[in-house]
Amino acid sequence: MAYFSQQLINAVTLGAIYGLIAIGYTMVYGIIGMINFAHGEVFMIGAFISLIGFMICSTLGIGSAPVAIILVLFMSMVFTAVYGWSIERLAYRPLRGSFKLAPLISAIGVSIVLQNYVQLAQGARFKPGGRIVEGGFNLFTADGFDVRVSWLQIVIVIVTVVLMAGFSLMIARTPLGRKQRACEQDMKMASLLGVDVDRTISLTFVMGAALAAVAGMLFLMYYGIIDFFIGFLAGIKAFTAAVLGGIGSLPGAMLGGLLIGVIEVFWAGYFSSEYKDVAAFSILILVLIFRPSGLLGKPEIEKV
Amino acid sequence: MPDAPILAVRGVMTFYGAIQALHGVDLEVARGEIVTMIGANGAGKSTLLMTICGNPRARAGAVLLDGEDITGLPTYKIVQRGVAQVPEGRRIFSHMSVFENLQMGATIVDPAHFHHDLDRVFAMFPRLAERRDQRGGTLSGGEQQMLAIGRALMSRPRLLLLDEPSLGLAPLVVKQIFEAIGRIAREEGVTIFLVEQNAYHALRLADRGYVLVNGRVRLSGPGKELLANAEVRSAYLEGGHA
Repeated sequence: MAYFSQQLINAVTLGAIYGLIAIGYTMVYGIIGMINFAHGEVFMIGAFISLIGFMICSTLGIGSAPVAIILVLFMSMVFTAVYGWSIERLAYRPLRGSFKLAPLISAIGVSIVLQNYVQLAQGARFKPGGRIVEGGFNLFTADGFDVRVSWLQIVIVIVTVVLMAGFSLMIARTPLGRKQRACEQDMKMASLLGVDVDRTISLTFVMGAALAAVAGMLFLMYYGIIDFFIGFLAGIKAFTAAVLGGIGSLPGAMLGGLLIGVIEVFWAGYFSSEYKDVAAFSILILVLIFRPSGLLGKPEIEKV
Repeated sequence: MPDAPILAVRGVMTFYGAIQALHGVDLEVARGEIVTMIGANGAGKSTLLMTICGNPRARAGAVLLDGEDITGLPTYKIVQRGVAQVPEGRRIFSHMSVFENLQMGATIVDPAHFHHDLDRVFAMFPRLAERRDQRGGTLSGGEQQMLAIGRALMSRPRLLLLDEPSLGLAPLVVKQIFEAIGRIAREEGVTIFLVEQNAYHALRLADRGYVLVNGRVRLSGPGKELLANAEVRSAYLEGGHA
């Protein structure tokens, strides 16, 4: 029981991070029907910007962890959002209206460019940093096993829940969210109502990137180490999460993220940690075979 | 330019890839008029309305709004100048509620006007008020058409373009819809340009009409005159309504 509880706590933490990345996949897919395969790299960029942010904070002598986190969060979201915006402008918008695979290839190109760019600019080695929230407390002890919750895990879950709630509310209630949903359903009609579709798509990339930046910061703080390649694995897992939850569905991305976190952590905890990635990807294959629309995916057929 | 017609289409040619859909269309709509264009399926009616809205863009010729060239503008900017369209097939946002569809209609309007405009639309189509929180996709065809028109009105248009509002609707509903269109023109002072296959209702309502054949204007004249025209009668009214 104790071991199970500990695994569950770890799983939720990891699932929160995957969920944040998965939202970016699902939103971009929802609006332009394309998988942004560079999104994992955007997450990685977010982690690096956070690393730099934490270094700046410590250079400036900002010792308070909450202040540093908020500053870095803000900085990382803004800069990563600029990356998201530029990627859409440079690599995807010129290809809109061309054949369906073109932006996919372009996305893979962007992904390679970003990886190599960070590798050149930051070096290929692991970079440590971001370990600013230490400690935790014992939740309970059973069978001679301490179930611990770290403060950082609490920070991660709170930040994620707040962002996801705020984000869902924004999509459901604000004019911008309504425009996004309108573009998702019928871009031509949206433009006939005066919606600047290009701008709405740009903003979708920007939002996805900002959330990926938060995920990048949390990842850095959680693992305390990053390199230029983290976007690949985390990206594919978050993509799996988005597909599992139902690509295009916002609650689906959150649920999928959580489930992938649970599957990965429990597989590692009970079977073998070498094969935890295999477990996550097997899920992707199974979902694609048996339930391609995902758990909360929208049905394809509509009453006309 | 106050005397310029609200809408002027001059020698417009539109292509889909290599296929030419409009072969130099000329027409004018004066402020306050109801103008109808009739034509068979595939004559280019929908293409013309979409070309006026800039998607697809005319490859040759010009679209003038109040005498100003709007040919090259993106759709959303044309809409912001007071052109609304009820497109072919209505294109209701089926996942959104009736209310949200109407909110989308008000995208370009100062939010201060929203409740007033909403009341007006609900007064015109009380059925929409009853279905306020229902999803657009679950409405009947007639209700969807009302919603599409209501949504267009929410943008406070000066020029309303309607693409086959009678399509697929029961005769009684068609009558209601055309009555509503007449009211919009008379009571709200909105200029109306309507394309239809249902020539009888459309021409009876209209001040003037055009007949589009294979991407060209074949005939034009006052609505009553076109209704009496032998060619129009045989091509568009045969066995039709009396």
